[in-house]
Amino acid sequence: MAWQWFHRLGSPRWFYQKTGAWLPWLALASVVLLTIGTVWGLGFAPQDAKQGHSYRIIYIHVPASFLALAGYYIMAISGAIGLIWKMKLSFAVMRAAAPIGAVLTVIALFTGAVWGKPTWGTYWVWDARITSMLILLFLYIGVIALARAFSREQVADKACALLALVGTVNIPIIYKSVDWWFTLHQPATIKLTQSSSIDPSMFYPLLTMIIGFYCLYAWTLITHTRVLVLQREWRTQWVQQELLAGESQAGEGK
Amino acid sequence: MSSVEHASAVGGARSGPGLAALLKVELLLALRKRADIANPLLFFVTVLALLPLGVGPEPELLARLAPGMIWVMALLATLLSQESLFRSDFEDGTLEQQALAPQPLYFAVLIKAAVHWLVTGLPLALLSPMLGLMLNLPAAGYLCLLVSLLLGTASMSLIGAVGAALTVALRRPGLLLALIVMPLYVPVLIFGTGAVQAAIDGYVFAPQLAILAALLAAAAALAPLAAAGAIRISLDN
Repeated sequence: MAWQWFHRLGSPRWFYQKTGAWLPWLALASVVLLTIGTVWGLGFAPQDAKQGHSYRIIYIHVPASFLALAGYYIMAISGAIGLIWKMKLSFAVMRAAAPIGAVLTVIALFTGAVWGKPTWGTYWVWDARITSMLILLFLYIGVIALARAFSREQVADKACALLALVGTVNIPIIYKSVDWWFTLHQPATIKLTQSSSIDPSMFYPLLTMIIGFYCLYAWTLITHTRVLVLQREWRTQWVQQELLAGESQAGEGK
Repeated sequence: MSSVEHASAVGGARSGPGLAALLKVELLLALRKRADIANPLLFFVTVLALLPLGVGPEPELLARLAPGMIWVMALLATLLSQESLFRSDFEDGTLEQQALAPQPLYFAVLIKAAVHWLVTGLPLALLSPMLGLMLNLPAAGYLCLLVSLLLGTASMSLIGAVGAALTVALRRPGLLLALIVMPLYVPVLIFGTGAVQAAIDGYVFAPQLAILAALLAAAAALAPLAAAGAIRISLDN
């Protein structure tokens, strides 16, 4: 059956056992890429003609903003999969994605404020894109708060998935806002369809950082989901066996 | 409740009469709860009356703040009245019956949101020119303020219904409801105040009103769907 892999993916046990092997590789990839990207971007990429060294915060700001937005989609889509196919695992992914996305949004807002001070002369302006990111943070916080309000996990999962889906209505507005009210913020510099307005010598370290952030995000998301899976499935036999196996391994290690 | 018995008897093939009866019952219930109609309006007027006390009575300053403040307060008044949208129906089991009834829950939600707008959004919008007068709103802004509030509060009633449906099973949903619904109100607020500001500055404001109307159309199509889903989730709790 073509759908077999899909349903197997939905099994928490399969997920837990498979992803354990991926984690070291993801961790390695993110450490290597982030180290290279940071050294390259901060040490070797040329200075910006107008902004001097201060532009270098782009190497944190842009990857964090990318993932803050992409993380909302990941949360909403896994919520939708959970609602449609009633998969326990995808609800766990959704719940794990919410706090990670919120933290990334805070990082994007904070680095944006730090960058704004030397460039625009102020930490905060009510510009369209900054405001959109703030609204994105509120959307994340809404999902997290709603999840905490319910005492039953299943109801909380479904309610959060629905709220996340409703919130996606605002995401196109976040993207479009730059075009709608063009204000202080510079237009998006990386375009997939046209040539970017950023020089390759600055772009390649940025790309390295973006890929590194994606790896780090995947690692964090999988680790957090694994914890949630263990918490939710702790009564099942396979979790008991996993824990016993882990314990005996730890015992041998001593 | 009699409407539900009536609705069930009519059956799925002819849901028109059942829904008409539901509309009648909802309107009647809303009109009987006089305090629930008056409170958002009183809140709206009181808070706006506090504004000059806070920022000072200079007419120029008030004129600058008026469109935004009137819009934000209309938003808050709508939001505060939203908590009780499904509350009593949830507590006495009516909502459960409506979820089981052959009429689609979608239309039941649409009717409830429409009635909510009729008793809060509509009076708020009609009251807004008077508050504009008190806050020294420039003359060019009145028509636009009225029309934008008529369109915007209807959208907000619909969007808020989703939040109210998601939180109806919780014991104290007030602040949580505000937290999850406020970000969704943002586009409406932006285009509403944008329209009024454009009108005051002497620019065309029809595009902003058209976008507000488009938001309303989208909300009318999608929000009841989400709210109906949320009601089914809340009934599981």
